[in-house]
Amino acid sequence: MDARFIPEPVHLIRFAPELLLTVFATLIMVLDPLTKEGEKHRLGILALVGLLAAAWGAAVAAANPGTAFSDMLLVDGFATFFRYLSILVGVLTLACSFAYLKREQADSGEYYALLLFSIAGQCVMVSANELIMIFIGLEISSIASYVLAGYLRDDKRNNESALKYFLLGSFATAFLLYGIAWIYGITGSTNLAEIQRVLSNRDIAPSVNLIGASAALMFVGFAFKVSAAPFQVWAPDVYQGAPAPVSAFLSAGPKAAAFAIFLRVYITAFEPIADQWQAVLWASALATMIVGNFAALLQSNIKRLLAYSSIAHAGYVLVAVTTHSQIGTAAAMFYLAAYAFMNVGAFAVVTHFARQGERYVNIEDLAGLGQRQPVTAALLSIFLLSFIGVPLTAGFFGKFYIFKAALDANLVWLTVLGLLNSAVAAYYYLRIIVVMYFHEPSESVADLQSPAPGIQAVLWASAAATLILGVFPSWVLDFAGKAALK
Amino acid sequence: MEHLWLIPALPLAGFALNGTVGKRLPQIAVSLIAVAMPVLSFLWVLKTLSSLGSLETAYIERYFTWIESGALNIGVDFMVDRLTAVMLLVVTGIGSLIHLYAVGYMAHEGGYYRFFAYLNLFMFFMLTLVLGANYLLMFVGWEGVGLCSYLLIGFYFVRKSAADAAKKAFIVNRIGDFGYTLALFLMFVQFGSLDFGKVFAAVAPMPVEHSAGLLTAIALLLFVGATGKSAQIPLYVWLPDAMEGPTPVSALIHAATMVTAGVYMVARSAVIYQHAPLAMEVVAIIGLLTAVLAATIGITQYDIKKVFAYSTVSQLGYMFLACGVGAFAAGIYHVVTHAFFKALLFLGAGSVIHALEGEQDLRQMGGLRKKIPITFAVLCCAWVAIAGIPPFAGYFSKDEILLAAHHHHPWMYWVGVVTAAMTAFYVSRAMFLCFFGQYRGHHHPHESPFIMWGPLAVLAALSLFGGWYFKVPNYLAPLFPLAEGGHEMALVAISVAAGVLGIGVAYVLYVVKPGLADSIASALGGFYKLVYNKYLVDELYDAAVVRPIVHGSRSLLWRVVDVGLIDGCVNGTATLARGVGGVLRAFQSGNIRNYAAWVTLGSVAVLVVLGIAVGGAR
Amino acid sequence: MPSSVPLSWYLILSAILFGLGVAGFVVRRNIITVFMSIELMLNAVNLSFIAFSYQLRQVDGHIFSFFVMVVAAAEAAVGLAIILTVFKNRATLAIDDVSSLKN
Repeated sequence: MDARFIPEPVHLIRFAPELLLTVFATLIMVLDPLTKEGEKHRLGILALVGLLAAAWGAAVAAANPGTAFSDMLLVDGFATFFRYLSILVGVLTLACSFAYLKREQADSGEYYALLLFSIAGQCVMVSANELIMIFIGLEISSIASYVLAGYLRDDKRNNESALKYFLLGSFATAFLLYGIAWIYGITGSTNLAEIQRVLSNRDIAPSVNLIGASAALMFVGFAFKVSAAPFQVWAPDVYQGAPAPVSAFLSAGPKAAAFAIFLRVYITAFEPIADQWQAVLWASALATMIVGNFAALLQSNIKRLLAYSSIAHAGYVLVAVTTHSQIGTAAAMFYLAAYAFMNVGAFAVVTHFARQGERYVNIEDLAGLGQRQPVTAALLSIFLLSFIGVPLTAGFFGKFYIFKAALDANLVWLTVLGLLNSAVAAYYYLRIIVVMYFHEPSESVADLQSPAPGIQAVLWASAAATLILGVFPSWVLDFAGKAALK
Repeated sequence: MEHLWLIPALPLAGFALNGTVGKRLPQIAVSLIAVAMPVLSFLWVLKTLSSLGSLETAYIERYFTWIESGALNIGVDFMVDRLTAVMLLVVTGIGSLIHLYAVGYMAHEGGYYRFFAYLNLFMFFMLTLVLGANYLLMFVGWEGVGLCSYLLIGFYFVRKSAADAAKKAFIVNRIGDFGYTLALFLMFVQFGSLDFGKVFAAVAPMPVEHSAGLLTAIALLLFVGATGKSAQIPLYVWLPDAMEGPTPVSALIHAATMVTAGVYMVARSAVIYQHAPLAMEVVAIIGLLTAVLAATIGITQYDIKKVFAYSTVSQLGYMFLACGVGAFAAGIYHVVTHAFFKALLFLGAGSVIHALEGEQDLRQMGGLRKKIPITFAVLCCAWVAIAGIPPFAGYFSKDEILLAAHHHHPWMYWVGVVTAAMTAFYVSRAMFLCFFGQYRGHHHPHESPFIMWGPLAVLAALSLFGGWYFKVPNYLAPLFPLAEGGHEMALVAISVAAGVLGIGVAYVLYVVKPGLADSIASALGGFYKLVYNKYLVDELYDAAVVRPIVHGSRSLLWRVVDVGLIDGCVNGTATLARGVGGVLRAFQSGNIRNYAAWVTLGSVAVLVVLGIAVGGAR
Repeated sequence: MPSSVPLSWYLILSAILFGLGVAGFVVRRNIITVFMSIELMLNAVNLSFIAFSYQLRQVDGHIFSFFVMVVAAAEAAVGLAIILTVFKNRATLAIDDVSSLKN
């Protein structure tokens, strides 16, 4: 290792999105005390500028692919795809948040700064080429998210959500770290390619049981972050308790980034023991789909229902991960992008509808929304139909590619059970549509204002993206296919 | 380029216009847009077909590659061959008439623009279904028409029954779609393509499967999809409930077009079915059973729309019988003639309901032939057509089917003939109860406006002469060769006689006055008290005469099988799913230490599995 | 680290500490104690890192343990703040009382 304390410029360019996000986030924190109350939303605009700058940075980095900082980071198509996705989720969340923060009279710079820090962490995660970088990226993202989940300090639900997220998240991360320590001890390296090289060479692969054990410990950490069974228990409580825009963010952004490192670690470093972890993933994918879908059947709180639905969708993505193939990876990437749009869109409706203090979060409260605000109801229906996987929506192609990849990988039973699961899922999503359109309007919709401009922008953008991906999936799929690992 | 895309795009434009700005437009503008689009689409179909000429081979237009991933390459391609041409004419032609009618029927309903937006959207999806040149595009249309059907059944959403019926339709159809999806996957895995051309080219040289095999599986799974969409046993239960929707919807979607999508799909996949005789046999038997079962239930219903709904189920059974015995052309022929007379029956029923301000109960009707003579006249045309009286529309297609059935298995013919008699009977019963005798209701019947009976007159002409004029099997001969051998006059005569017999029995029981009823009732002894109320007389007729068939069907088939068994299964599954959900929910105690214990247990499990699996594998 | 103590001893000690941390998280009822259990787990991992690093004659493991300590410190700052807000709102530090979000 050559000691070079001043990094080459190209390394900094490859690190541009993270740098830009950190600079902007720090700037926001510095400006926060200098900004008057009531003017804080300007910091949000600054955050938006920061995100756009980061997107530009990601594009510049993508034009200079390669490793950075002694192989610690790797900028390839895969990293670029997920960088864009994280930043995009950030933009959508930010747009939802303006109205939310104003309504709750909690507008402050730290919210925007934390959001940017969390996204910076995700960008580090997805471009990390090395286990310690993965750990650090994961923690940067998580620590910011813990605070975001408990953003309203005086709200009991926020408190509880943050506490659960924090304690259980740290708990699971400790398992991940322990796994990293072991794999470092066994292979003498934390670089993914190096680990793969050592593990695939049978002669120098010592302590075979320990390799499995360390893969298992790391699995716990990743599975927790993507809310895969049996490590999904935290997700419903946290998503229900957190502020609605934050729930949207948590279930789309950090989850996608966690899937990215999951895919990267298991497809590169643990490639030599693929047959073994595939079996575990198979069971986990099935259990995740079942837990998510069946528990969602009984929910009356819409945020909790969406939380279980997010678990179920993680299950579908896990099916794609289980395939352990390039088209499976591409399918997972497509699905995560599609899911980000429909999920943030659905949560945006919840953000809008819940009103001050999130009073209206029961499904029954939506009764009559179809008459009171037909446009909002129609847009929500698009997201729900996409969750179900009806053709002409992004969700259809997401499922289609995943199950096709699963069939190509001879996972016939997983495919059949997965399709059955998605049939069950139709029931609880449809219930929301039925309530919106076919139930007598309740008093909860009577005083509903029209959505704030930011939320409207998110709704229309997400719905357009959901439909566009449902008609022209190749626009994203081609990118994913080229970027998919291996 | 013939610009086939215009055919579905026009109704889509209507949907977009009415859906976005319809609320602010005056009613006349909404109607104009809504009716103009299907009519333009119909004209475009005519123009296209005339310039395409004889269509001996399929004409395909490729627009763009839709999905490309690995071996899979699916384009947005539209295809027209003679089968498509027939369906296009039916969908756009009948569709336009029904749109026109709906302008009058829905004039005073709330949500006028919404109704027409959905109706146009339905046309778009139905035309996509028919035009698509691969199974996936067909599936897009297939799901889309299901969605529109769901929206339109639930149109009167303030009625709980309507909302429930909509949900039932959607859920039952999902079961069918599950089969269809699996068939798509099987096809893709086997043939590497979903294009009609490529799949059929791959299937054609394969040997005919005399025992169960891959093609049989594909054919059966496709048929599962068809039983959902086309309301066959065991998934027919949604269609009668679907009558909760406005009557033009019942006519367009639940009689003339959407429900025949299953028949179209089976006929389109004829090559696959011909290689899977086992699946054909299943199709024929399910079709025949559905025809009989639905006809017997139809006899017992008092809601005029329910009678016709069960009749639709029954006639769809005939179409599948035709496909199952290999007479695909006859099946499509019946699709066409059925579209004529069943659309007419529903629209006529709608006209009656309109005249009686929403009354649908046959017992509240009677003697209407003088009060609404135009409606009566057009319904008579549908009546003779469905009863199979020569030379009207139903006679030709039903005859083709029955002859083909006889050729396949004589017993199928006889069951079909009995069903034909029952068909004639229940339609006649509805007609007699509605138009003959004394008026039994409390409304003041009034004739419908011209905009409603105008389309009825066109459909009446089609019901009378459409079967004779449009010789569909001859037109489809390049696709489905005509059966050799002539018509056996004896068989034709028997089936016609069955129809006449059905009408005759109904006439005796419902028009010739109650003397006969009394004698039958007294012959039965003390089983039933003589009911003095005249509304209940026909119930007595039913119980006395048709008891062997009807009582069995009503109490056993309808109550037990339909309501008990099938609904029970659906509800049972829901209960089971909720139970599983409840158990899962119990784990979610909200206690952090509890969650940590789960995480720990999970990690121990993963550790054991991965640690041992890796160790064992090395 | 004197060479007379074999690597496996350190690893076993580390595993025991990690196990104690897990057990502590699951059985202790005070939020602060639960949080300290997590710190114990992280320190157990640090011990492994150092031991492996020594065994492999590399400096990397030492650096990693510093990273872990930095992250643990950040986590502690945020974690204690969250615990403080919970205490302010509920006036309790019993972990079992924070269970209103469920089912």
